[in-house]
Amino acid sequence: MAHTRDGFGRALLELGEQNPNVVALCADLAESTRMLAFKEKYPERYIEMGVAEQNMATVASGLANYGKIPFMASYATFSPGRNNEQIRTTISLNNLGVKIVGSHAGLSVGPDGATHQALEDIALMRVQPNMTVLSPCDEEEAYKATLAAAAHPGPVYIRLAREKTPIMTAKETPFEIGKANVMWEADHGSEVVVFATGPLLHNALLAAKELEHAVPVVVINIHTIKPLDADTILKYAKEAGAVVTVEEHQIAGGLGSAVAELLATNSPLPTEFIGVRDQFGQSGEPKELIEYYGMAPSHIAAAIRKAQARKST
Amino acid sequence: MITDSKIKEIELKAEAIRETVVEMLLAAGSGHTAGPLGMADIFATFYFYILNHDPKNPQWPERDRLMLSNGHIVPVRYAAMAHAGYFPVEECLTLRRFGSRLQGHPERERLPGMETTSGPLGSGLGQASGYAYGARMDGAKFRVYCFMSDGEQDAGNTWEAAMFAGANKLSNLTAIIDRNNIQINGMTEDVMPLENLRAKYEAFGWHVLEIDGHNVSAIISAVAQAKAIYEKPTLILAHTIPGKGVKEIEFDYRWHGKAPNKEEAARFLKELRTLKGKIQSEHE
Repeated sequence: MAHTRDGFGRALLELGEQNPNVVALCADLAESTRMLAFKEKYPERYIEMGVAEQNMATVASGLANYGKIPFMASYATFSPGRNNEQIRTTISLNNLGVKIVGSHAGLSVGPDGATHQALEDIALMRVQPNMTVLSPCDEEEAYKATLAAAAHPGPVYIRLAREKTPIMTAKETPFEIGKANVMWEADHGSEVVVFATGPLLHNALLAAKELEHAVPVVVINIHTIKPLDADTILKYAKEAGAVVTVEEHQIAGGLGSAVAELLATNSPLPTEFIGVRDQFGQSGEPKELIEYYGMAPSHIAAAIRKAQARKST
Repeated sequence: MITDSKIKEIELKAEAIRETVVEMLLAAGSGHTAGPLGMADIFATFYFYILNHDPKNPQWPERDRLMLSNGHIVPVRYAAMAHAGYFPVEECLTLRRFGSRLQGHPERERLPGMETTSGPLGSGLGQASGYAYGARMDGAKFRVYCFMSDGEQDAGNTWEAAMFAGANKLSNLTAIIDRNNIQINGMTEDVMPLENLRAKYEAFGWHVLEIDGHNVSAIISAVAQAKAIYEKPTLILAHTIPGKGVKEIEFDYRWHGKAPNKEEAARFLKELRTLKGKIQSEHE
């Protein structure tokens, strides 16, 4: 178990070493967004914004416009939540390579409650032209996503979580923006394909394991919500004939919507959605929140069975 | 020292820019009139005297950066850029048309030399501050200018940026507020009182100057003074007359956000052309 935000912090430190143009902006959350190590090692390239997320977006835009590679970090509810218009106009429409890091996304923020649990950040970011949206599944992938974001010329959003989450990928696991990774594949064909994003991918894998002898399943890690890997998604969806999407985010506007839009246009198939259903979160332990809001392995397994059943009707 | 003939030349450019503004707004059929006319002297002074720039090489790395925060007055910038040689003056008549580089609100990627994308108010000072911060990290010598409206002093982001620029002593940044006292809903002091603006910016760590925004030599000397201040960013509060040059619309907030019709434009242009003679005789 490790924090995805640690993967980000580790990569940022390396980027500091590799590229003098990398700068870090933070809205008074250096420790919890894991910018602290960069701040200590490269104080002249760490820019303190105070609790001012709107200005963080505009200042980052100016820095990128000049030629820097700015990473700006806060909690996802504030950035890209509070500063959405500044991101839209000064970063996305301006098409400037600011890297927006939204930590503490999802219900797993836990005790802090609904105000701090970002469940709409993917939706906010994926509707902006020019924006790339990354949602890494574990610490290692967050590390790779951060390095890939720095190398990508345009604006990028990276979604991170507060809690320690299971490690599912290794150093050797490939990571390419826009290229989905198959994580679990039944031996003889598949009946249902599961597209999952973020740390909740682990619950999808547990569900697939639980159904190992009952329903042959493929589980695919959609670490890039935008641009969506349409080829891989359509290939596996058509082979399986039924789809389940899994995300710790509102179903509306998130991964589920993105996949549904793709399938509706190209290959409409029975699809079940795991995610938050037009509700706010609340205080609680991450595990009990995931259970309460219907995103536990048992819920995913039930969705897989339901998707499979819908094929024959 | 600036010569009288240079001042005359700039004033004549400002007059030509005002004419172009009226022509482009008439052609577009929509847009803002008061702000662009009020800022014509400042834009003319920048594009024809202050800015270190090369219209034939808009990406020249050492150019001064002019960031326009209140994007709605962009017709005056388009007109100034065209008269300075960035693109043909005739292209100004494509303002707000489908396929035009001259969007209703400016976009960096569409027009070389535009520097940034703006329109939604309150986000320009932050962008200019980030730009100035990055440039200072590398020891770049160019200066960053940010033009704002007074209406956007209502916006929180403006003050976040003012605090940031003051805290970081961004002395390579000079901001100018077009203090024309109008906004869409009425007079600024009725909509949301802004005063004391000077004291507010000073409290945020800025050096503040107040000038008549139609006085070319005052604009030049204020910017020269800003360059001499090494410890703080400088704000120039430029008092301007909205609609300047056309008596019937001066100070009238109803002209903030509308364009003249054919008859109005003809009257405005006729009046503006008489300014040429006034400028000539004043400098004789």
